[in-house]
Amino acid sequence: MTTTQTTVDTAEVAKFEAMAAEWWDPHGKFKPLHMLNPCRLDYITRQIAAEFGRDLTAPKPFAGLRLLDIGCGGGLLSEPMARLGATVIGADAAGGNIPVARIHAEQSGLDIDYRHTTAEALAADGERFDVVLNMEVIEHVADPLAFLTACRDLLKPGGLHLCSTINRNAKSFMMAIVGAEYVMRWLPKGTHEWNKFITPDELFDLLKRAGLDPVDRKGFVFNPVSWQWSISDRDLAVNYVTASLRRAEA
Amino acid sequence: MDNPARGGILLGMTYDSDVVIVGGGLNGPALALALAEGGLDVTVIDALPLAARQGDDFDGRGYALALASQRLLRAVGVWGAVADHAQPILEIKVTDGRAGEGPSPFMLEFDHAEIEEGPMGYMVEDRYLRRAFLDAMEAQPRITQVSGETVTAQEITATGATVTLASGRSLTARVLVGCDGRKSGTAQRAGIGRTGWDYGQTALVCAIGHEKPHNGIAHQFFMPPGPLAILPLPGNKSSIVWSETHARAAEIAALDDAGYLDALRPRFGDFLGEIHLEGARFSYPLNLTLANAFVKDRLALVGDAAHGVHPIAGQGLNLGLRDVGALAEVLVDAHRRGEDIGTINVLDRYQAWRRWDTATLALATDGFNKLFSNDNPILRGLRDVGMGVVNAMPGLRRKFIREAAGLSGDLPRLMQGRRI
Repeated sequence: MTTTQTTVDTAEVAKFEAMAAEWWDPHGKFKPLHMLNPCRLDYITRQIAAEFGRDLTAPKPFAGLRLLDIGCGGGLLSEPMARLGATVIGADAAGGNIPVARIHAEQSGLDIDYRHTTAEALAADGERFDVVLNMEVIEHVADPLAFLTACRDLLKPGGLHLCSTINRNAKSFMMAIVGAEYVMRWLPKGTHEWNKFITPDELFDLLKRAGLDPVDRKGFVFNPVSWQWSISDRDLAVNYVTASLRRAEA
Repeated sequence: MDNPARGGILLGMTYDSDVVIVGGGLNGPALALALAEGGLDVTVIDALPLAARQGDDFDGRGYALALASQRLLRAVGVWGAVADHAQPILEIKVTDGRAGEGPSPFMLEFDHAEIEEGPMGYMVEDRYLRRAFLDAMEAQPRITQVSGETVTAQEITATGATVTLASGRSLTARVLVGCDGRKSGTAQRAGIGRTGWDYGQTALVCAIGHEKPHNGIAHQFFMPPGPLAILPLPGNKSSIVWSETHARAAEIAALDDAGYLDALRPRFGDFLGEIHLEGARFSYPLNLTLANAFVKDRLALVGDAAHGVHPIAGQGLNLGLRDVGALAEVLVDAHRRGEDIGTINVLDRYQAWRRWDTATLALATDGFNKLFSNDNPILRGLRDVGMGVVNAMPGLRRKFIREAAGLSGDLPRLMQGRRI
């Protein structure tokens, strides 16, 4: 899966189409991500608009911005970013996701460059972006500091880094592991390892050590009554997001 | 783009507009204007030729617009054109009465002075509202009007909805919205069934001119055969909505104007002085019809197409405009997030928002009517006590007034006086 000109047989295409349908089924396997998605997109779009002076009510507000979506999966974030006009590269270390994301983007009429690669490999190739997204990926990474350092290298000076993950405390253990994996069965058991979760303070510290300047953090809070997610200034107890900048070199 | 070899895919995806709306009555244009304001391109299809929809004659039809609805009309830019012809509703009097008898000693009075938002609503004649919508759509470059065309077929695919018109022309959009009334062809073609029941009553609707001023007071009399509403129009005119059993309504409808007025007079007494008819007389059998789903892939239903309710308190249009506010907000927000606005995960948000509200109102309106539309002395006693209790408790009264003004529940932005 290293070239865009791969010839795949029809059985393979059918398999990927089925997987794409699964990724994009709001009531299917990725239901938690679909539920969280509008809330994540609200945060992402507002941060990008604020940082780059874009008007979200205008057509294609992100035109001219080069954006990297790391851990793109089926393209749940890459597609909206492309629709808003950004030039999008979606990267995933799980190669199986790439043809799936590609097929769905084609069905949606979107031009997105999906690659089976890692942040480290892209940084080594000298790729540079205005925006790097690390949404729900850092908790699955072996060496978070090395990963964030690669993300920092991938940013142009003045670039924006957005990172969301899960806090590590008793509440997040109950909600994200016991609740989501065992009670609600939203996620397969073993999706998350609680000891890999990072607290907001630890993440801020890692971001700084990676050479980034963290400027904002907010919680993503699930309301079991309205069955909706919303952005919170105060409640970062379970899901949360950070925004950081790569400052222009002195 | 980074990879020009793949750019060709984009050429396969063409939409005539983002949204196609079937039905150019009132909800359709309101939705089109709200979506256009939010940056979406909209096509509105209506079966009637434009000239037939622009008539200026008063036909006797009027709407009791709740305050929340009036705010939405202002937000989409049509209120300015109807404001001069609108009658503010300053007070609502609800009376339990029997024909030929005075009202019972217990009466509900709701005065707009008890809420801070202003009048509880406005009475607007159909002709001004329709005209204002047509003019506003004409002035909005994002809206394309297709008049005098009917839809003969529709097709939903993974990426869009296509409607075929009688002329053979076809239009494709990301989302198809049915604003085509209680017999919605859009819903039928999509295989969405309906649940409904008949109320055994027919509404008689007309406008009257009267000798004495109404002072902006709306009246609702609950009579054993069914409710009678007197809604103030500008000047010494009022809109009358009056319910009778199907059989009795048919008899009254068959009477000449003089006989019709003779049947009407004893029902609300002489407090407005001499009355005469203005414009035409209408009758509508009252029934409730709820679509079994408000959304499907690439498709949404709005207004009577989703829920035709008993127009007991002028709630049909108000409920429809709430749908308009909610759907416009869901679609515009999704569009600004970069989501595909026609997917079921986006449209489900609209259904979740509107379904509960609609079902409770449909059932409440039905229950309200059943409670009042009978001559059972035990129920009559209960009603009188109930009204006395509501009158005595200011908190509860305010809640009723806010409900009548459409200010309760989870209000769309456009109904809070905010921009889309």
